[in-house]
Amino acid sequence: MKHGNPTLDRRRVAADILKPRGNALVVAGLGAPVWDTAAAGDSPLNFHTWGGMGGAAMIGLGLALAQPHRRVLVITGDGELLMGLGSLATIAVQKPRNLVVIVLDNERYGETGMQDTHTRFGVDLAGMAKAAGFRASGTVYSAAQLKTWIPRFYRQPGPVFCDVKVSTQSAPMVLPPRDGPTLRNRFREALLGAAQAYK
Amino acid sequence: MDVKQVGYVPDSGHARLINLVRADRGMRAVPLTTEEEGVALALGAWLGGERSVLLMQSSGAGNCINMLGMVNECRVPLLALVTMRGHWGEFNPWQVPMSRATVPSLEAIGVVVQTVDRAAEVGDTVAAAARLAFSTYRMVAVLISQRVVGAKQFK
Repeated sequence: MKHGNPTLDRRRVAADILKPRGNALVVAGLGAPVWDTAAAGDSPLNFHTWGGMGGAAMIGLGLALAQPHRRVLVITGDGELLMGLGSLATIAVQKPRNLVVIVLDNERYGETGMQDTHTRFGVDLAGMAKAAGFRASGTVYSAAQLKTWIPRFYRQPGPVFCDVKVSTQSAPMVLPPRDGPTLRNRFREALLGAAQAYK
Repeated sequence: MDVKQVGYVPDSGHARLINLVRADRGMRAVPLTTEEEGVALALGAWLGGERSVLLMQSSGAGNCINMLGMVNECRVPLLALVTMRGHWGEFNPWQVPMSRATVPSLEAIGVVVQTVDRAAEVGDTVAAAARLAFSTYRMVAVLISQRVVGAKQFK
């Protein structure tokens, strides 16, 4: 049931997804998903990427393999994932049960002037993830659908993929720290403890 | 070395090592569709408290450059073992340009490059490179010459 123009608000979607996060680890893909994730309430267990476009899902994989008992959520954009589509195949081979890849899909390159991405022309990211071998994959168009997916993000055996269609409405930038060593240190200290993080 | 994750794009020079990793229950072998995936994998692994190694051939170095910029900015350790194509005894002319660009491009993005020309030196060099990478939070690539792994035979 594809809708004409997506209506979900990206900030609201990010906030709803992250509200029950508990001790989940979050990797945010560069651009608006970073601002959305920060706006939902920043945490040292968020790793915000300000570069390395196309790498968010693979950072999530390395993290999920290293921390098999923690839930790992990658929250990224359609343009960012499109740059690393091969990572869907690589993740599907590893089958990490604790990894979830969520795309906030506004069908646009929002940081560069709102040019259309491939999803605007019908490229089906959830279909690609499913074909690659993700255990669960789907596209969300409505708040009601999102509500049924959120518990799955935290409980369903992964890898889970969800493409959430969001409106093109942009929200004010909410900027988390951008210094790389600060982001890595706060993340590792919160996850591993200071003794291990700085060993 | 305590390496837990090994990302790789196959190369004949790494074939034995890849098989050893795959057979080792203490390590996770991660086949990649392109080398830059392995750079992001290494960053994620280290954030999660595990060490990783990236295996590739020199033609893959160019695929990694922007992703290596992220690792550089974050001062995250990265160890790459790179088998060379395109110089010693190469037959395929299409391998030569990236071969020529491998060292300059890796160095330009901040990777410490160490080269090995003799099989007897590989072990020591890799051990030293690992220590440098993981102790000083730097990106280090060990380039293994075709003199060591042998030039690909087209017959």
